[in-house]
Amino acid sequence: MTRSEGASASHPLRLVAQNLVCQRGGRIVFRDVSFSLDAGEALVVTGPNGAGKSSLLRQLAGLVDVAAGQLRLEGGVPDADIAEQAHYIGHLDALKAAMSVRETADFWAGFLGGTEADVERAFEVFDLGALRDLPVAYLSAGQRRRLTLSRLLIAPRALWLLDEPSVALDAASLARLVGAMEIHLESGGLIVAATHQPLGFAQSRSLDLVSVRTVVEVQA
Amino acid sequence: MMRAFISVVKRDVALAVQVGGGGGMAVFFFLVAVSLLPLGIGPNLNLLAKIAPGLLWVALLLSSLLTLDRLFQADFEDGTLDALLMGHLPLELTVSAKIIAHWLTTGLPLVIAAPFLGLLLNLGSAHFLPLVGAMLVGTPALSLLGAIGAALTVSVRRGGLLASLLVIPFYIPVLIFGVAAAGSDVSIPGAQHQALMLLGAVTLVSLVLGPVAAAAALRANLRS
Repeated sequence: MTRSEGASASHPLRLVAQNLVCQRGGRIVFRDVSFSLDAGEALVVTGPNGAGKSSLLRQLAGLVDVAAGQLRLEGGVPDADIAEQAHYIGHLDALKAAMSVRETADFWAGFLGGTEADVERAFEVFDLGALRDLPVAYLSAGQRRRLTLSRLLIAPRALWLLDEPSVALDAASLARLVGAMEIHLESGGLIVAATHQPLGFAQSRSLDLVSVRTVVEVQA
Repeated sequence: MMRAFISVVKRDVALAVQVGGGGGMAVFFFLVAVSLLPLGIGPNLNLLAKIAPGLLWVALLLSSLLTLDRLFQADFEDGTLDALLMGHLPLELTVSAKIIAHWLTTGLPLVIAAPFLGLLLNLGSAHFLPLVGAMLVGTPALSLLGAIGAALTVSVRRGGLLASLLVIPFYIPVLIFGVAAAGSDVSIPGAQHQALMLLGAVTLVSLVLGPVAAAAALRANLRS
């Protein structure tokens, strides 16, 4: 199944969040988070540990309920929720030790709807070609990270949600990632990234999640 | 859509075969359980032959319980489930694909092993076909119902035991109709056929309930 994405949509994409509230385990993680992001823009989410960076990304990915507020992706694929148009790369690498690099990529291509050419391009961009027959068990932390990130290119999707994408990457790999992100933005995609270290893009906006966790007990 | 469904089935089957610990271990446990039973009951061949279908069904049920915890837990722990939730494929169908893979790597090998283990229990050769038929009809229900328990306990460490406790009550109809359909009791005409039909009904109800309930449980576990 192929879907149009990014620049080819009839209206330009726009991700809008209004007064988002996140509540996990009965506590409010953050509230009144609002931002809007146009096609070709990246949003870098910063904040101290526990400010809710990961929770915000998981909320955007549909993996955490939106307690209050609004979240929508304008101009995207009709009848598809945000999760279906987004890639979420979190702290966990979603890899299986027993599968080879090639099998892992082929599975994601099959599941997410990517083609053979997409897989080859992803291998090229993240320099995984030489590792393709190796079981994931023998990869280093950085190589595993690159394989996880290759999912971004295996199936084209408009919104990239990246939680600390640079962890375990060396300078060369980080440059490859930033390059891929820039190409994604140029083609009209959107990126929301949570990070502690600057990724070094030209055009990015930032959102600082001020910690509101100062024990806001939930009203029963 | 179909491609995504098939790729999940293929991946889960490949993982179960490569990693082991799934179907192979269940069959081995089945063998051990069945070979222990005659030692406990004593070498009364007539008695063994009479209770063989029941013993085989109970041992099969316990063996399939062993494999439930790896249905979703591994994918939950390494983050694969997050990505599976974000696919175009509805989670209900993704779960169905995983259940099919689970049945292919656990239920089916157990059914194939059952007549051979029947030999250990002096099961009459006339009973082989009804037994295998009943197990083929009934074992999908075990995977389908087991998925609910596995999904409910996916975030619980060592949730396998808890999942077993949750699931066993739902396995009881499968056991009752399965044993009746495998038919050691031929005194009532048509009883065997009737039991097989009811067993089929149990499987069909599980087919409707299992994927939906398991998907709902997974969502609730992930989003909390």
